[in-house]
Amino acid sequence: MMAAFSVARSSCGLINGLRISFRSLAQVKHGAVAASVPQTSLQRDSRWYSVGHLSVKERIDKKRKAALVGGGQKRIDAQHKRGKLTARERVELLLDPESFVETDMFVEHRCSDFGMEQDRNKFPGDSVVTGRGRINGRLVYVFSQDFTVFGGSLSGAHAQKICKIMDQAMTVGAPVIGLNDSGGARIQEGVESLAGYADIFLRNVMASGVVPQISLIMGPCAGGAVYSPALTDFTFMVKDTSYLFITGPDVVKSVTNEDVTQEELGGAKTHTTVSGVAHHAFENDVEALLNLREFFNFLPLSNQDPAPIRDCHDPSDRLVPSLDTIVPFESTKAYDMLDIIQAIVDERDFFEIMPNYAKNIVVGFARMNGRTVGIVGNQPKVASGCLDINSSVKGARFVRFCDAFNIPIITFVDVPGFLPGTAQEYGGIIRHGAKLLFAFAEATVPKITIITRKAYGGAYDVMSSKHLRGDVNYAWPTAEVAVMGAKGAVQIIFRGKENQAEAEAEYVEKFANPFPAAVRGFVDDIIEPSTTRKKICRDLEVLASKKQVNPWKKHANIPL
Amino acid sequence: MAAHGLSTSLSRLLFPVKYASLRPRCCALHSKAQYSTVYNPSEKTFDKILIANRGEIACRVIKTCKKMGIKTVAVHSDVDSSAVHAKMADEAVCVGPAPTSKSYLNMDAIMDAIRMTGAQAVHPGYGFLSENKEFAKRLAAEGVTFIGPDTHAIQAMGDKIESKLIAKAAKVNTIPGFDGVVKTAEEAVKIAQDIGYPVMIKASAGGGGKGMRIAWNDEETREGFRFSSQEAASSFGDDRLLIEKYIDNPRHIEIQVLADKHGNALWLNERECSIQRRNQKVVEEAPSTFLDPETRRAMGEQAVQLAKAVQYSSAGTVEFLVDSKKNFYFLEMNTRLQVEHPITECITGLDLVEQMIKVAKGYQLQHKQEDIPINGWAIESRVYAEDPYKSFGLPSIGRLSQYQEPLNLSNVRVDSGIQEGSDISIYYDPMISKLVTYGATRAEALAKMEDALDNYVVRGVTHNIPLLREIITHPRFISGDISTNFLPEVYPDGFKGHQLDVDSRRELLAAAAGLYVSAQLRSQKVLGNLRVSSTPVECSRWELCVELGEGRHAVEVTKAGNVYTVEVDGGKVEVSGEWNLASPLLPVTINGTDRMLQCLSRDASGRIVLQHLGTSFQVRVLSKLAAELNSYMPEKVPEDTSSILRSPMPGTMVAVSVKPGDTVAEGQEICVIEAMKMQNSLTASRQAKVKSVHCKPGETVGEGDLLVELE
Repeated sequence: MMAAFSVARSSCGLINGLRISFRSLAQVKHGAVAASVPQTSLQRDSRWYSVGHLSVKERIDKKRKAALVGGGQKRIDAQHKRGKLTARERVELLLDPESFVETDMFVEHRCSDFGMEQDRNKFPGDSVVTGRGRINGRLVYVFSQDFTVFGGSLSGAHAQKICKIMDQAMTVGAPVIGLNDSGGARIQEGVESLAGYADIFLRNVMASGVVPQISLIMGPCAGGAVYSPALTDFTFMVKDTSYLFITGPDVVKSVTNEDVTQEELGGAKTHTTVSGVAHHAFENDVEALLNLREFFNFLPLSNQDPAPIRDCHDPSDRLVPSLDTIVPFESTKAYDMLDIIQAIVDERDFFEIMPNYAKNIVVGFARMNGRTVGIVGNQPKVASGCLDINSSVKGARFVRFCDAFNIPIITFVDVPGFLPGTAQEYGGIIRHGAKLLFAFAEATVPKITIITRKAYGGAYDVMSSKHLRGDVNYAWPTAEVAVMGAKGAVQIIFRGKENQAEAEAEYVEKFANPFPAAVRGFVDDIIEPSTTRKKICRDLEVLASKKQVNPWKKHANIPL
Repeated sequence: MAAHGLSTSLSRLLFPVKYASLRPRCCALHSKAQYSTVYNPSEKTFDKILIANRGEIACRVIKTCKKMGIKTVAVHSDVDSSAVHAKMADEAVCVGPAPTSKSYLNMDAIMDAIRMTGAQAVHPGYGFLSENKEFAKRLAAEGVTFIGPDTHAIQAMGDKIESKLIAKAAKVNTIPGFDGVVKTAEEAVKIAQDIGYPVMIKASAGGGGKGMRIAWNDEETREGFRFSSQEAASSFGDDRLLIEKYIDNPRHIEIQVLADKHGNALWLNERECSIQRRNQKVVEEAPSTFLDPETRRAMGEQAVQLAKAVQYSSAGTVEFLVDSKKNFYFLEMNTRLQVEHPITECITGLDLVEQMIKVAKGYQLQHKQEDIPINGWAIESRVYAEDPYKSFGLPSIGRLSQYQEPLNLSNVRVDSGIQEGSDISIYYDPMISKLVTYGATRAEALAKMEDALDNYVVRGVTHNIPLLREIITHPRFISGDISTNFLPEVYPDGFKGHQLDVDSRRELLAAAAGLYVSAQLRSQKVLGNLRVSSTPVECSRWELCVELGEGRHAVEVTKAGNVYTVEVDGGKVEVSGEWNLASPLLPVTINGTDRMLQCLSRDASGRIVLQHLGTSFQVRVLSKLAAELNSYMPEKVPEDTSSILRSPMPGTMVAVSVKPGDTVAEGQEICVIEAMKMQNSLTASRQAKVKSVHCKPGETVGEGDLLVELE
């Protein structure tokens, strides 16, 4: 950790007189800009303080006013110029109108070194806005880092404010949303700042699986600071204005001699397509916040609550005739699993998680008859929908989130198996694949599985099979549950024999259909694809009261 | 005006009833409006018919066969194995892979299918083998009845040159300047000069308007010759061409004829097919607003003369060009069932497929000429999977993710061969359906067409409903002032969608605001027992900002029940509706007027795509706060497209005329893409040097694929 922090300092914080300048992060140097505005206003403040003419009430008003402008108008303008909103604008847009209840508006940092104790270096509320509010009427706790105050750097007080609302969120059982826009540690505070990070990390970990935690990265987030979003359930980013990295390009250059831009190193595109660190990227602040509101609607407030049910205009018994012809005749031909998902779920409304990463598996939230469900589906369109390292990890994390928060899981299976090759084996497909297996097996939420076509080999077992306590397992008439495809199987069973074609035909006749699984009760029914929505909705109704408890344990030991 | 007078006089003629009693009369007509198949069990025809076609026409034929108690056999390519026509038929036989030359044109496979299923007759539909004399001969050789005219008639009428000679001999008016076979470009130019420009060039063997090119000078004649001869060779294996005088501002009016094998022939009135793009029909109607009874009779009689001259039997169509002085000239005769036959069925009440089957079996026509009525008015819109914003329609492909025909409306007939989930592929004609509406008067039929188009849900492919709706509501079309040049004249700069006026713009903004507020309110409706109570925002007034195109409008919405009062641009609009957020259709009442809007998409950031008056518009609705904050958001720069040539449609690359390093002049051909049997030449938009070429002849390209980069 220490190593990470020291690089964080060198990458983002340079001591520049009394302030931190973010040369590598911000295009506008605002060390100088910032000095002027607060100076005048705070000098006035200091006069009032010393003279003490003002009543307490007036002082309260004054402080509140000061808190509302954060680092001052010039810095607000600079923030806007960068295409970013201020911490308060973000909170206002995220929450229902007039629902925000702020806490700790009067908290100030306690640093007394490097002249920080001077009044002009104190900002009511410090560099973060915290409180609670409502999203579509539902309770949420939120913190929003204020880049206009010391570049949103994390002081002891800043951390303490965040910890306070996280503790409250835990006691009442409500989600926490973090809007991150921070240069890193408050270097003037030294270890106090590091302690602050650790306090937050601990709470992130304690809250994990208790209340949903969402991070929206809306500016820089570098060094040790990245681990808070990494510990939360979902990390969203804003394109072009947000970055997540352990060390910035300068340090990368000095250590590994690589030339890399911030965007390439830790921009939204990198993290949503290459690293899999972030779950979604949005065009800009406004889009991100509006989408976050939409996303929040899917989530229960805590692990004490069932998956939310929203008023639904889509009939639960709607038949979907288009599904009867969606799986192509030739089993080698691809189709788009998203077509199936969108046709089945309420109002074609599917919030995909990590749409551009490990695209051979599709995960995301939707609703069935108004109730939130988690959808997992192999994507035959990409790499035939095989399971590899990245898709296994992506799927596993999603399944575990759903299980933790009582969200039923619907799995669409069309999987030819695990991806072979040295890259995969050396990369540890065995232990990563095991994660998905572990997650499905461990999950006690309602699990409904639909085999649309291939369910081959070990991957069949993994994909929420009956054997892993699937509650309802359906097969479409096009399903083929087998150890492998006909060609491979025949080559092994009838090795060296002539008439391979005939043997292959026999194998297809015998196994390339849903019957072998159905006669053994491994699938509960073979259903007409058009009736899938209707059947899932009915099953979910019944499974709403499902109770299943895993044996007592301190915690399981998922193969990380 | 004349047209209008005609239509009213017609309706008076046909409905000598008072207006009050017109409505029940219309309902009675309704069943007749479609067509009525009179199944007479004693009149035995065939036990089993094979339909050598696909799509809507195959379905259309199967429907009548079912009514007549005839078993049906469908043929299909492998990609069509779950197509509607294959499922509708009693038996379905796969005749080969997707390309038509290997399946629907594969005579050997189709003959095998006939033998295998024991079909006694074959209905060829239109296109494919419908006018192929070879096919008819092979059927005859095996004792299978071809439901269509004799080989002799197919041959005589299939050849554009021979058909004109026969027509001339039968005293049918023919186009002046008619000439013969052309072998070289120079010969073509000479002929063209003799006739006098403009001239029309097309493949002799080609049917319909496909491959027809018009030349106004020598250069264009050479180009037309090149294209037409190529197309002729590749599509018909017959490179003969036809050049003739091109009639400016003509109307395309055709006469449906029906003849039996006993020398009887009838004319079933006309169809007006002047609305065309690139010489393919888009909107057709029957009758025509232009014809007076005398002209109609003259045309009908000449058509029958021609039919008799070639001993025609079965249904056929004699196409005429009609000039502004009501002179008409024989164009060609189509020896098959036409695409647009439903409108004739609507106004005559006859089932043409039934008539064809009966005639093929050898029965005499039961109707006399005086029995053929003109009952009311019928309009047909061809709904295509194509982008009307690109030269009035370039093919588009995709999967019909949602599809709903407006069959809930009365007096609407939809002939289609697809359903929700069907694929529109590059292999076949991109027609989605033929939408036919019917009314006692033209105005009624047009109003119904408007309704039907608004209620038609097509998602997943780009379609031409915006264009269709604009055509049928255009003042020139309504007044009947049309010609085959209608589209280029009305939209000289290309079709741009419906142009909103102040009122319709306001309607759209109000509907979008209403939908947005409904969705917002619904988001607060969380059901069930909640551990932490929910506190929805108590609000009955919303301040919004609605963006449409370049315009931004401050909008205020107040709600009372399902009625939203929307203040926009200083005007008040009342919008009410069910606001069903799951339905693709969005029926609303706007200031007392019922409108059927469609919601194409709606996302979390306030973007709503609404189809209003046929055209889809992207609207963005934001709260006042979000709109204010949105002004800080940077504009993202889109890709510079002036130096890139992307494929405007999916298809096959036929020729690439440039290589890297070449300098191309503005308008110079860069490559040719063949899609849906059409060759499309892509040209340079400016003079430039070719930087790179990303395509090869023979390759399949998708829409939007990068073809060539210019420097």
